[in-house]
Order: sequence, then C-alpha cells, then structure tokens
Amino acid sequence: MDEDRTTRAAAPIAEFREAGKRYGSVVAAEALSLAIARGEFLSFLGPSGCGKTTALRMLAGFEAPTSGQVLLDGRVVNDVPAYRRPVNMVFQHYALFPHLTVADNIAYGLRQRRPRPPAAEIARAVDAALELVRLPGFGRRRIWEMSGGQQQRVALARAIVNRPKLLLLDEPLAALDRKLRRDMQIELQGLQRQLGITFVLVTHDQEEALSMSDRICILRAGRIVQVGGPRDLYDRPANRYVADFIGKSNFFEGRVAATDGDRATLTLAGGRSLDGRMPVPLQPGAAATASLRPEQIVLTRGPAAAGGVPVRVANRIFLGEHTEYLVESAGLGGFLVLVPRQAEADAGALEPGDLATAHWPPGAALILKAD
Amino acid sequence: MRLYALAVYLFLYIPIGVIALFSFNAGRHASQFQGFSLQWYGRALANPLVMEALGTSLRVAFVAALLATLCGTAAALALSSLAGPLRRLFDALIYVAVMIPGIVIGIATLIALVTLFDRVNPALAVLWPASGQAPQLGMGQASLIAAHGLFAMALVILIVRARIAGMDRSLIEASADLGATPFGTFRQVTLPQIAPGILAGFLLGFTFSFDDFIIAFFVAGSETTLPVYVFSSIRRGVTPEINAIGTMVLAVSLALLILAQAILRRGRRQGSGG
Repeated sequence: MDEDRTTRAAAPIAEFREAGKRYGSVVAAEALSLAIARGEFLSFLGPSGCGKTTALRMLAGFEAPTSGQVLLDGRVVNDVPAYRRPVNMVFQHYALFPHLTVADNIAYGLRQRRPRPPAAEIARAVDAALELVRLPGFGRRRIWEMSGGQQQRVALARAIVNRPKLLLLDEPLAALDRKLRRDMQIELQGLQRQLGITFVLVTHDQEEALSMSDRICILRAGRIVQVGGPRDLYDRPANRYVADFIGKSNFFEGRVAATDGDRATLTLAGGRSLDGRMPVPLQPGAAATASLRPEQIVLTRGPAAAGGVPVRVANRIFLGEHTEYLVESAGLGGFLVLVPRQAEADAGALEPGDLATAHWPPGAALILKAD
Repeated sequence: MRLYALAVYLFLYIPIGVIALFSFNAGRHASQFQGFSLQWYGRALANPLVMEALGTSLRVAFVAALLATLCGTAAALALSSLAGPLRRLFDALIYVAVMIPGIVIGIATLIALVTLFDRVNPALAVLWPASGQAPQLGMGQASLIAAHGLFAMALVILIVRARIAGMDRSLIEASADLGATPFGTFRQVTLPQIAPGILAGFLLGFTFSFDDFIIAFFVAGSETTLPVYVFSSIRRGVTPEINAIGTMVLAVSLALLILAQAILRRGRRQGSGG
C-alpha cells in the first residue's frame, strides 16, 4: 500500500503521448510527448504559432487531439469535455463574466458542483481565495470597476478556488505593464509553492519562463525542441534555436573540424577556428554553429593580448546595469559583448573606434547543431 | 451645405411638429391655432372605436413581438453556430427580409394566406365531423400576428446576432472550464450576455407592429388596428382628434425606440467588461 502511494505520487499528473492536432492540412502540434510531474511549474515557451497554446488547450479540453493521447492523472481524456476535467485555466484576457460581481465570478466553479456546496461554505472559500490573491473585501465590486492587475488576480482566484489538479495559465501576464508583471511573477511562484498545485504556463516571454518555471518545454512549429530546467536550457541548449530563444547570444557558422569528448573545434567560414564545448555530440564535418553569450566575453583595452581576439568597437548602448558593445573582428565579424557597470567603471569606458581585445573562458563557446 | 441640411430637417420634421402642435388646438380647424387644449386627447380616448383599434394594435403587437423574440432568438443562436456558405445565405436572406418594401410583404402575405385558406377551408369542411359547422379560416388578428411576427423576427435575429457576435467567446470557454455543462453555460453566461439584445429586439418588434399600416392594411381582414383606423377616418377629413392619436402613437414609438437603444448601449458596456 505504501508502495502504491509512492508510485501514485511519482506518476505524472498529466501526460502527452504522441499527441498531435491538425486543422485540415495545418499542423498545430505534432507528436508531443511529455510528462508533467505532480506539483511542478512547467512552461511551454515559443513564438506565436509554435503550438504552445494548442498544447494547453488540449489539457483544458477545448481541443481534442487528432492523433495520440492526452492523459490526466493516469486516465486518457481525449474525449472528456472541458467541463468534466479537474483542470482550471487563467485566460489571456481573463474572460471574467462581466454580468457578475467579483465574488460571483470566483464562486462560479464551486456553484457548478453537484451536489452544490452550501452557500456558507462557498462564501468562505471565496473570501479565502480573495485573501490569497490579496484582494480582501473586493467581492461586491463589478468587474469593470477593477484595474487590469486586479482583474488578473480575480481570474487567478476564480481558478484556484476550485483546487484544480492542474492550473493552466495562458499568457496571463501579457496584458500587464512591466513592473506589475514582475510582481505577479513572484506572486505566482509563491502561490504555486504555497498551494502545491501543478502550474502549466504558456508564454512567449523567455524571461518569464526562466524566472518562474521548474522546467521549460521549448516548442517550434508544433514540435518539442527541448525540455529542461532553466539552467539546463541556458547552459546546454540542444541547438541554435534554443540558444537563440533562451537569452541573447552571438552565433558563428562553420563546420566541425575535430572532436575530443565533449570538446570540439569549429572551422568558421572565414577560415578562423574556434574551440568550444559540445553539449550534443556532433560528427566531424557536420555543419555547426558556435554560440557565445555576450556576458561571457571580457573586453580589455588595447590590441592583441595573447589568446584574445583583436576587435574594434563599432557601437555602444547603455542599458543601465550593463553596457552593450558591438565590436568588429577581422575573423569573426561583428558580435555583441555585455560589460557589467562595475567592470566598465574599473577599466574605463571604450569609445567607438577604440581597439580592444575580446577574451572568453575555455568552454564558454558552445558548438551546436546548425538548423 | 449647412443651409441645405437645415432645409432637409425642416422639411422632414415640420409636418410632424404641426400635427403634434394642432393636437393641442382648442379649435376644431386644422389650419388655425385657437389656444391650448387637451380636449382632443380626451375625445380620442373616449371614442370606443379608437379604444377598440388601440386594443387590437396592442394585442397584435405584443403577441407578434413575443413570438418573434422567441423564434428570432433561437434562430440567431442556431445561426451563430452555423458555418460557411449556409450561414452567409441565411444572413443575406434576413437582410433582404428587412429591406423589402412593406407593400410587397403585404401583397405577398395576402396572396399566400388567401391561397392557403382556399385550399384548407374546403378540406376542413369535408373533414369536420358536424357538417356545415366547420370553422372557416380567414383574415384577422391571427394573420396580422403572423405577418408582423415574421417581419419582427428578422429584426430580432439581426439585433441578437450582432449581440452574439460582440460577445467574448472566451466567456463560454471559461464557463465550461469552471465545470458548467453546455446548458449551464447557456443559462448562466450566454443568456445574460445577450439579454439586452433580446429585450431590444422585443421592443423594436413591438414598435414595428404597433406602427405598421401597410402590411396591416392588406392582411387585417375586418380587424382595425390604430394606424388603419387613422387612415380610414382621414377620408372624412383631418380632425384634431386624428392629430391627437397620431401624436400619441409617435410618443409611444419614440419612447420604445429610445428605451431599446438605451438597453443596447448599457448592454454593450457590460459586455465589454471594462
């Protein structure tokens, strides 16, 4: 019995098994296979049209997969309609009922239950939910009397009051301004830990996905490209697409000249060679891309220090905590370097036209499959 | 340009204003204002013929608008879930129905009903158990209600369709997501959302039927609605009493139209949700 409980706890709360969705000849999602663990915060990340919303809607029950299976709590739910799934969603534009008060919006899910819970119990649950999203006493307000950020919280309360097995969030923060978005990210994360509900978020904002998720599932053209923790994806992207999507990076195209374990040497188009780490093994001769994060590059004043790349500063953009330099090198072409404010203060700012040397630690460059 | 517009407005509204003004005339001549009086209103309301016509008009308008609202709302809901060319066809047909001149509808309805009665009545006479006592179908309130109801239904469909189209579809998904069955969603979300459109449709349908003269003239049979009564009394000369009736009809119609507009506007604000 104990063993039974542990296997249940280890079993995924939701799962895609080769799930696909086609609309006529248009493929929205293809052969998605992914297990969502109990209590985790998972994000679907990708540009619009990558299939992330389709994946979420298949979990919610708004779309039935045209191939494969979707499972909730170990049960195939392909044909289970949305209103019979123990899953709730926070909609992109909140979809609050304008003809109901805040309290009636939140109570809506509880009132659909059969047998219907007693009114006092519903009222208590609504008050607790309002408390949780820090809107106590707002129950009698009308939806249109609330600001965007407040509506967002009401939408959240309306979903979590039902204690769903899965909380789905469809770009919930897209309509908020930057500062409010940052606050809500922290709040969402705290709420998820507090409630222990599995959160599945859809977003096109990599920063949002990185800051909140336990795991991120990166999609492209209806397919899963890579699934992993934020650090994994940042440090060990599977290919150029992921490196480009997660964080900012410089890319240099070339061919694999030699490999040694997880190390590889890339011959660039201009003839120059570049050493780096290879997260996914590649064969010598394969077309590949070197990815170098701008913040891993260090600039020193003056030309040609040993082991460095001589560059000329082409442009400089002040970003507050960092300054972004665009530098030109004979062998590598133009690339970006991110210099922290402190480092710049110590060494003195470089001006456009200045000569400098770019260095990076061994293994900073990633040799990735070109795509 | 401005003068021209002014002239158009004067031309449109002066006759109506004159009717309203002379309905308060103390004298009995339509050409000469002889002081303010409400006597013609009193006379009109005391006239049993006027009251009977008014009763008929109200009854017909209410039943026609009610039927049109029920059928029109159902049709609008069905149309909104229909897709493709069939839906476009039905939409076009509804617009056409609203655009067709009243006289065409009147004549067409008359011919259709007469033809129908000519076929049905002999059959009824044969089939009826007690011979010679079979009911005769003919023109009357029922045919009026049918003709007005059909036209009003087109109005209701137009208004409710617009309301459904303006509704946020994600509300329906949100309701399902929160566990409401399709019927529960209809009752708790769709219906409250389109209610202003339904109510406005009813009011417009009622106003249309109450005001209509042309269709009623063709299909009313021996029944007299208020506009038909006004028309027939005018042949005996325009009296201030007629002016009073006209002004009352105008006031009621305008009030209903303004009410319908206000309901729709208020509904639009609630529908968008801020």
